Amino acid sequence: MADIKLHDITKRYADGTEAVKHMNLDIKDGEFMILVGPSGCGKSTALRMIAGLEDISEGELLIGDKVVNNLSPRDRDIAMVFQNYALYPHMTVRENMGFALKLAKVDQGEIDKKVEGAAKILDLSEHLDRKPSNLSGGQRQRVAMGRAIVRDPQAFLMDEPLSNLDAKLRVQTRTEVARLQKDLSTTMVYVTHDQTEAMTLGDRVAVMRAGVLQQVDTPRMLYNDPINIFVAGFIGSPAMNFFSATISGAKLKLPFAELAVPEGVSHTGEVIVGVRPEDFEDAALAPPNHPGGVEFEAPVEVLESLGSEIYAYFSFEGGAVSSDQLADLARDAGVAETPSGGGGGRAVARLNPESEISEGSRARLWIDGAKAHLFDPHDGSSLKSSRQEQRAGAQAAAAAVEAESEKDPPARAAAGADGGSTAPE
Amino acid sequence: MENRSRRAYSGWAVALAIVLVYALVPVLWLISLSFKSPATVSDKKFIPTDTTFENYTTLFSGGLDSPLLRPLINSILIALIATIIAVTLAAFTAYAIARLDFPGKTLILAGALAIAMFPPISVVGPLFDMWRALGLYDTYPGLIIPYLTFALPLAIYTLVAFFREIPWELEQAAQVDGATPWQAFRKVILPLATPGVFTAAILVFIFAWNDFLFAITLTSSDRARTVPAALAFFTGESQFTAPTGNIAAAAVLVTIPIIIFVLIFQRRIVAGLTAGAVKG
Repeated sequence: MADIKLHDITKRYADGTEAVKHMNLDIKDGEFMILVGPSGCGKSTALRMIAGLEDISEGELLIGDKVVNNLSPRDRDIAMVFQNYALYPHMTVRENMGFALKLAKVDQGEIDKKVEGAAKILDLSEHLDRKPSNLSGGQRQRVAMGRAIVRDPQAFLMDEPLSNLDAKLRVQTRTEVARLQKDLSTTMVYVTHDQTEAMTLGDRVAVMRAGVLQQVDTPRMLYNDPINIFVAGFIGSPAMNFFSATISGAKLKLPFAELAVPEGVSHTGEVIVGVRPEDFEDAALAPPNHPGGVEFEAPVEVLESLGSEIYAYFSFEGGAVSSDQLADLARDAGVAETPSGGGGGRAVARLNPESEISEGSRARLWIDGAKAHLFDPHDGSSLKSSRQEQRAGAQAAAAAVEAESEKDPPARAAAGADGGSTAPE
Repeated sequence: MENRSRRAYSGWAVALAIVLVYALVPVLWLISLSFKSPATVSDKKFIPTDTTFENYTTLFSGGLDSPLLRPLINSILIALIATIIAVTLAAFTAYAIARLDFPGKTLILAGALAIAMFPPISVVGPLFDMWRALGLYDTYPGLIIPYLTFALPLAIYTLVAFFREIPWELEQAAQVDGATPWQAFRKVILPLATPGVFTAAILVFIFAWNDFLFAITLTSSDRARTVPAALAFFTGESQFTAPTGNIAAAAVLVTIPIIIFVLIFQRRIVAGLTAGAVKG
């Protein structure tokens, strides 16, 4: 068991492209850390660098206070679960799970004991003498987990371990993984592109985009206080709605409503406003006298009733947002999940199932203005003043280090740590 | 629909029958000849009238000085040694070619292909002179070395294809599990490549076993002469009888090991060992 520290890690390929850029991440002992982001954001590359399957171009990687940059995977004492499981097809389940111990010259009795113990935890006892080709997808996945567990390594690395399972099994296995990690309390780094997995599993979640770490925080903080428009749009399903708006005085003018400027924002002029679907409500069912609550009228185009909730897609005139961060999200998720990023002028509201709004009519809706997120229209960063101060501080520190030249890597790494990620408050 | 498939089926049956007749009649004729006595060899009858085993017994009469025993031993040893060396070297080469990116990789493959295309007849003359000068003439290495030059490209090409089929992740999983590159190769990659290794081995063995050109040119006595070459030196019972029956008997004997070889290993060649390695 150990903590894992990434100091200013960069992965640069021979052709000059950078898959991971100056990544700083401290994973605490026993922590369940999720790396999440759209495909091609460098999360798998980062994991493979931790595993030792990719060379680190720049920076320092520490596992348990030991620099392991130049250690081969076998000397890092980590276990990895691959996306396609990579079970050895010529070995039985028992041999697959015991392979690492056998290589480590553990005696056979001990291997049997550990393998059987792990098989019991994973409900594989009856399948120990079968070959992987005779197992179902879920069983194979469990064998892959078992292969990691028996070793009792310093850390587990998981590369989208659930993506090959069907939806129902995925949810079930997700719970298993969470339980397992709690029981073993071994440090775990888990890569996924699925924000639901990230939110449900992680102690902390690291969101990446185009090789750059955007924000590292608890799922709740990511959801409630995203550092920029990308994180805001990536976390949450259905995704956050974005509108362009202007602040004049204490008023925040949205295309369809006028809100009070939320607390802790000191900015005037153009802004991007993000509103989560659940911060809308049917005006008839809205909580009365809620501070910041505003009613407005909008044409509802489509209603999706899920039983427990209703999604209402309404359109508005003007004020659609275009930003490269949102374009990134739309490309990855398909336009449907980021309504306002696509055709423009469409937003989704999550309503109480008792709502009687009908499709194709103008409906009175309600918005919780106090929960609106404000972002800078130029770089997409959050306009919350606490965030802004943080950013200014980090930028100053980074600039100071740049000026000082690059002779002092630790200082640079430390400054980078403030700039690239956000420590939990 | 059913009519059409039945017609297709009978069409295939006819085609298959023609191929079988074409391929097997000469072999059956050879077997028939090998059981005929010298007097009836040219009686043009398919079923021998006076079945005799004499052709076979004379091949082995006289122990090590018999016409066939020494050449048979030579053939087996030379083919086996050439096969083992070729497949071992080819396994390493093919693994490197399939897995690593190193300068000159395509050059190696192209070179191997070029050598495989080279007509052997153009090198036997120089080889004959060289081997005489080096003392390799009429020795085992004198045959094994030229066999390797032609067998290695064959084996490398076969194995590269097999290694490429094995998912990269398996090896990475082995590395993470604590295997050295050599352990990963021996315990994970090689077992999965066994069908390929056997395929390559059989191809190389057959190549070495069947060779006539090098064997007849680079040997002068039973020290290293292999069966195909030895057949050419058979003599009849007297100066005036052709050794047809003996040659037929020997030919039957040399085809048998090949047939056994293929029958034993065909299942290994066909078996898809990688099934279940990854999702699917």
